[in-house]
Amino acid sequence: KDRTALVRVHMGEVDPKERILSNIEVNKGLTQEEAVNEARRCLDCPDPTCITGCPVEINIPKFVKRIEQGEFVEAAKVLKQTSTLPAVCGRVCPQEKQCEAKCFYKLKLKKDPVAIGYLERFAADYERESNQMSVPDIAANNGIKVAVIGSGPAGLTFAGDMAKQGYDVTVFEALHEIGGVLKYGIPEFRLPNNIVDVEIDILSKMGVKFENNFIVGRTATIEDLKEEGFEAFFTGSGAGLPRFMNIPGENYIGVLSSNEYLTRINLMHAASPETDTPIVSGKNVAVIGGGNTAMDSVRTAKRLGAERAMIIYRRSLEEMPARVEEIKHAQEEGIEFMTLTNPVEYFADSTGRVNKVRVQKMELGEPDASGRRRPIPVEGSEYEIEVDTVVVSVGVSPNPLIPSSLPQLETTRWGTIVVDEEKLQSSIPEMFAGGDIVRGGATVILAMGDGRNAAAAMHNYLQEKHNS
Amino acid sequence: MNKIVDKEFFSENVVRLEIEAPRIAKARRAGHFVIVKVGKNGERIPLTIASANPEKGTITLVVQRVGVSSRRLAELNIGDEITDLVGPLGQATHIENFGTVLACGGGVGVAPLLPIVEAMKKAGNKVITVIAARTKDLIILEDQIKQYSDELIVMTDDGTYGEKGLVTDAMEKVLQREKVDLSVVIGPAIMMKFASLTTEKYEVPTYASLNTIMVDGTGMCGACRITVGGKTKFVCVDGPEFDAHKVDFDEMLLRLNGYKEIEKEAEQNYLHSKDKK
Ligand SMILES: Cc1cc2nc3c(=O)[nH]c(=O)nc-3n(C[C@H](O)[C@H](O)[C@H](O)COP(=O)(O)OP(=O)(O)OC[C@H]3O[C@@H](n4cnc5c(N)ncnc54)[C@H](O)[C@@H]3O)c2cc1C
Ligand SMILES: Cc1cc2nc3c(=O)[nH]c(=O)nc-3n(C[C@H](O)[C@H](O)[C@H](O)COP(=O)(O)OP(=O)(O)OC[C@H]3O[C@@H](n4cnc5c(N)ncnc54)[C@H](O)[C@@H]3O)c2cc1C
Ligand code: SF4
Ligand code: SF4
Ligand code: FES
Ligand SMILES: [Mg+2]
Repeated sequence: KDRTALVRVHMGEVDPKERILSNIEVNKGLTQEEAVNEARRCLDCPDPTCITGCPVEINIPKFVKRIEQGEFVEAAKVLKQTSTLPAVCGRVCPQEKQCEAKCFYKLKLKKDPVAIGYLERFAADYERESNQMSVPDIAANNGIKVAVIGSGPAGLTFAGDMAKQGYDVTVFEALHEIGGVLKYGIPEFRLPNNIVDVEIDILSKMGVKFENNFIVGRTATIEDLKEEGFEAFFTGSGAGLPRFMNIPGENYIGVLSSNEYLTRINLMHAASPETDTPIVSGKNVAVIGGGNTAMDSVRTAKRLGAERAMIIYRRSLEEMPARVEEIKHAQEEGIEFMTLTNPVEYFADSTGRVNKVRVQKMELGEPDASGRRRPIPVEGSEYEIEVDTVVVSVGVSPNPLIPSSLPQLETTRWGTIVVDEEKLQSSIPEMFAGGDIVRGGATVILAMGDGRNAAAAMHNYLQEKHNS
Repeated sequence: MNKIVDKEFFSENVVRLEIEAPRIAKARRAGHFVIVKVGKNGERIPLTIASANPEKGTITLVVQRVGVSSRRLAELNIGDEITDLVGPLGQATHIENFGTVLACGGGVGVAPLLPIVEAMKKAGNKVITVIAARTKDLIILEDQIKQYSDELIVMTDDGTYGEKGLVTDAMEKVLQREKVDLSVVIGPAIMMKFASLTTEKYEVPTYASLNTIMVDGTGMCGACRITVGGKTKFVCVDGPEFDAHKVDFDEMLLRLNGYKEIEKEAEQNYLHSKDKK
């Protein structure tokens, strides 16, 4: 009873005025005392519904209990039984829609749920910061070579699980950095790169080999790799292709995809004077869209010194797919939200640089197939906004590199790879796939879950093959 | 990993680099390019694979120094490693026996033209090649191009070598004289625009190899996008070669200047910091 009387912890945040001046991580994390107190709220339910909300079914009450007992490293161990990147998921998981949405507090008591995400982050950070991260035990090398295509959360998780089972694992990555969206997409102020690097380092210690600057299908084909002894493949090549709206003026200078914008800043570090990659830090920046990527872009623009950093989104705040926390942080940072507004045309000066966007007001009609109310243009409501940078963040498509180099591979009409739901095996038996290349744009935790399930299934597949 | 094994200056600002890249040497076809990054803080820039030696495991790039990144690359010496090199990228050139091919290269565009001229010749075409530059010193790869051309016309703007005039002057002459089945043009955007207008008059199908600004080169960012036949295309994955008569060259010319001021300033700073050393 007394447990339920405790109030949910508030995560400390860097002051908005200060944090927009740098890339400092916004959320400060919990202190040990805060973490233990928050852990105390957990009721250790006999039927822990929270677990059903977690795509990888982390044993939540068990790890929370360890925190309550002050055994933080043990808590991290529980997390790692199911999640390979708890420090990442504790930061970027849409907890409010997943585990925390299914917490007893939320479901039955109509109170704030246990801060599962914060606690997860706390345990993982504690383990890392106290240098108590251990390299997992590895089974004896079985000499079987497997290849991983793409180094995002799906590929990294898969690689770790296969290495543990004794496989000889090589991860191929097209870019010069390992990490996928965790590196080139999600900004430093939300997910510091060093957290990802520590995880990659552990994988290296587990014997996983990384080949960056290697595009499977181009640098070498799947056939070439088979000749080199690779027996099975996991494709985690992501949904990295930007979509545009195909409205007039979209190719003017200063109109960029969020992928380009974030890649220049996060992967190429274009904002640093030390680097050679250029970026225009606009004064009036409009970001089109309402997802996490849009929030990341608009908050990045603010940090690059934009006087006006605006979100232009065609539905209302309630329909925004971005995490609640990101929207809140953006609002605190002075981001302007122009909801129920949609761009229809861009204009440019004589040098071809964008200087205006014409937008149109929208109203919400009947719900569409996705259950969200469909935005309908309001006739005669157009007006213009001065802009010098526009970041288009209206979604991504599956990366076609692998499908286009393997005509036998079955894909959907959206370009995602078709796999068996449980085994994640594609129409090519030795090819497994998961993450965004199978799901379209999804989440880090789902990508990780796929990597994990595919590793288990590929292990069975390879053992059967070798034992028969 | 990507060691420079040979280096030669064609002129003050144009350098040929032979680089160890065994996989790329094996996989590449005419028309492909690579993305290169020099140093931890370097920029990713695209460069065409001018030739490759699969036995030796090397590729050859021809680089014109125009700004910071191309300078950094040109300053590397034999034995140095290139920090990052990835490829082969883009769609390979469509090679077949078309009949008579008019291949035109301007400036350092002659480098990417070389493998195409070679492949077209080997496919049985009659190849007429025009190479052009501002002045004599900037004419590159003349001997190599000649080897695979049935006829070679050299043009300089100032008449210091070959004939005096523009690439389009030589093209007109050939097009008036004989039937051409296909033209390939590679060079500065402005040259490709006028070369394309020239072949359009004679209704000769023409490919242009576009050199838009790129970042990843894998279709992920859209920096390289361009309008072709009214549709947006990504040059790095849909190209770099397109039907020249459908390319919006004016849009391309504008987009190429997207970062001009920052690039100029960066180059000044770079040259200045080198002076100090
Ligand atoms: C800006 C942004 C913010 C986001 N915020 C969140 C968030 O807060 N919470 C959340 O849960 N999710 C978020 N997401 C979504 C999440 O990042 C993705 O769902 C997740 O990264 C997908 O993982 P993946 O492993 O499938 O692919 P990716 O992370 O996309 O990695 C794929 C990798 O494969 C490489 N590759 C592709 N083709 C080849 C090839 N042929 N050969 C070699 N390598 C190849 C790519 O270069 C890339 O590095 C965000 C996404 C973006 C872009
Ligand atoms: C498919 C393709 C093949 C190419 N092949 C060759 C080649 O074989 N030899 C060669 O010398 N050049 C080639 N280029 C052009 C070369 O990439 C640019 O000259 C180089 O990027 C300039 O960078 P910089 O920093 O030295 O100059 P900067 O001063 O930064 O830029 C000078 C000009 O180069 C262009 N440019 C700048 N950054 C990029 C970029 N990231 N990507 C593309 N263009 C850019 C712009 O027009 C810019 O105004 C090719 C370009 C493409 C797209
Ligand atoms: S991984 Fe995500 S959904 Fe699962 S418990 Fe952690 S924060 Fe919740
Ligand atoms: S549902 Fe909530 S209270 Fe119950 S075990 Fe899970 S986290 Fe604890
Ligand atoms: S260079 Fe990024 S999509 Fe072409
Ligand atoms: Mg440059």
